[in-house]
Amino acid sequence: MQHQNSFDGRPTVPLGQALKGFRGEIARIAADTTVSSLSADEIERRLIELGFVEGAEVQILHEGLFGHDPIAVRVNGATVALRRREAMAILAY
Amino acid sequence: MNDQSEVGSARFALVGVPNCGKTALFNQMTGSRQKVGNYAGVTVERKIGTARTPAGRKVDVVDLPGTYSLRARSPDEEVTRDVILGRRTGEAAPDLLICVADATNMRAALRLVLELKQVGRPMLLVLNMIDIARWRGIEIDTDALEAALGLPVVTATAVRKAGMEALWARLDALLAAGIAAPAPSVWAEPSAHDLRTAQREADRMVARAVRHPARPDTVTARIDSVLLHPVAGILCLLGLLFIMFQAVFTWAQPPMDLIAAGFDALGTLVRDVVPDGLVQSFLVDGAISGVGSVLVFLPQILILFLFILLLEDLGYMARAAFLMDRIMGGAGLHGRAFIPLLSSFACAIPGIMAARVIDNRRDRLTTILVAPLMTCSARIPVYTLIIGAFIPARTVAGVLSLQGLVMFGLYAAGIVSALAVSAVAKFLFWRRDPTPPFMLDLPDYKLPQPKSILIGLWTRAYMFLKRAGTTIFSMTVLIWLLATFPLPPAHATEPAITYSFAAMLGNLIHPLLAPVGFNWQISVALIPGMAAREVAVAALGTVYALQGGGDQAVGLALAHSWSLATALAFLAWYIFAPQCASTLAVIRREAGGAKWMWITFGYMLALAYVAAFLTYHIAVMFGAG
Repeated sequence: MQHQNSFDGRPTVPLGQALKGFRGEIARIAADTTVSSLSADEIERRLIELGFVEGAEVQILHEGLFGHDPIAVRVNGATVALRRREAMAILAY
Repeated sequence: MNDQSEVGSARFALVGVPNCGKTALFNQMTGSRQKVGNYAGVTVERKIGTARTPAGRKVDVVDLPGTYSLRARSPDEEVTRDVILGRRTGEAAPDLLICVADATNMRAALRLVLELKQVGRPMLLVLNMIDIARWRGIEIDTDALEAALGLPVVTATAVRKAGMEALWARLDALLAAGIAAPAPSVWAEPSAHDLRTAQREADRMVARAVRHPARPDTVTARIDSVLLHPVAGILCLLGLLFIMFQAVFTWAQPPMDLIAAGFDALGTLVRDVVPDGLVQSFLVDGAISGVGSVLVFLPQILILFLFILLLEDLGYMARAAFLMDRIMGGAGLHGRAFIPLLSSFACAIPGIMAARVIDNRRDRLTTILVAPLMTCSARIPVYTLIIGAFIPARTVAGVLSLQGLVMFGLYAAGIVSALAVSAVAKFLFWRRDPTPPFMLDLPDYKLPQPKSILIGLWTRAYMFLKRAGTTIFSMTVLIWLLATFPLPPAHATEPAITYSFAAMLGNLIHPLLAPVGFNWQISVALIPGMAAREVAVAALGTVYALQGGGDQAVGLALAHSWSLATALAFLAWYIFAPQCASTLAVIRREAGGAKWMWITFGYMLALAYVAAFLTYHIAVMFGAG
């Protein structure tokens, strides 16, 4: 796991790289355009709509068979399935 | 202005995030029987019903597809946006928005309520599934929520009549006082910043008004540790599908025998009562033999639906989408396409409509184009008839029925071909485009409601019986007419049908279909079979009954007159053949153009021909000709 980023002086991990069982808190959402067919702004809005906002507690509950993808993430009382590629936009610590 | 209190014609719209129980609430309010299920995207159209409040006021209720925001990312969400904003032509905006929230998790719902407040319409918030929330030890201070939101807030359990009292009382009070006039709308598409701010505000409200139990409910997480396990989860999914198809074959047998015996007895009775001649032939060979040969499959169709409905109500569908995402993604399909495709096992029409939840047009089109390849319940009669006649009823490895295995293989062939076609489409048309995202809410498991399962089964049975009574019956009559007239000459040496229009027609098309091993009887059965797949079975029933098999069941007649190679080619044909007029019509509507309908028709017909051709010739090579 790389700590390629930091927020408020604390190292952050993209949720897309975190292992199953990871628990943490969302530091910020940082979508970039290379991630998917949608614009970064749209990815960000969709993640927020599913409950991925700064400060929310997250936990990776399950992962898929091939490439450990997709992942099922517990976020503030709901469970959301998403691909690791989109989860790269979620930075947690 | 908008004073509708005394007219009693107020219009309520149900709005909320996906899978919060809007349709269950709609059904309870209006007495309707719309389909409900425990996954996002069951409702893809608006539904209108009429309700009578306990005080006797008549109101219109509109059920809307679930949405996270009025931004409208997909066609189903556009419906919701347009109704709420009053943009639908010829349809006034609703007088009251009934916002529905899942009481066990209302974060997203409250954010949506905050966005909806900008529309300016009078609103009321219903905390649905309050029984589950209480059972889990979640305490909600509705007064605090009312104060924070500035809206009336009531709790409800939509699946129970008694759970609706508070809502009705509040609605009656509102109607008695007169629903306030709407304020001007200040809604604008929310930016990421707006959403974030609204979500934070909603989270603050939840923090103040909701107390979660010290020890949260872990049933769902524990079940998921098996069902979403990378290896065990996929094995469970395959096992589940396998059990489903075995059950379709084995459990259904006793009631099917009963129905078949009933129709046989009816045929014998008519033969005894009605004198020999055209009338008797019409009743016995046409109506009874044709419709009976299709109706006999009702138990199998109901068993298949029982499984699908149970899985939907449990909340398994979204899990299946999760497990299949990578496999489907490899074939260029969106993970969310899994639910439309699984629905297509029942019937491609609801499956194609369910594709509306897929926001990306390209992904939606691919899903629509391959949905008819999934084995729909109308193929069951065809498959069962041929398997029953040609595959010996023995067990493999002690427990598995060979017939069930072949059936499973036919379903697998449908799935594999759907994946292959979408992979080819992706490679040919949009190879370089990046894959769209997959994000899906995994709902908590819920025990299925027996009532909603029974309603679902009844709806399906009713649709099937109605089809048997209309499409299938009329096609059967047509086939009987074609197969009976013109009457044979006085000293005919061949069976009467040889002189009929059906034989002429069959012999006309036969050269086209001879290379795939079909005889003229199959050729003629395929024509009315364009209307609906089961009709081919009814048509074969009539043709072979008239050809003089006597009371012999159609399966036996086929076993005598077809080679195994022909039977297998016929099965291969039916995996692909586009033999359903209603599906093609729905494709034209949902894909937005006749072009897509013809593309579907063309590629399926081509695949059917090639598959039947190969199957026939390979089978002949192995000596099954």
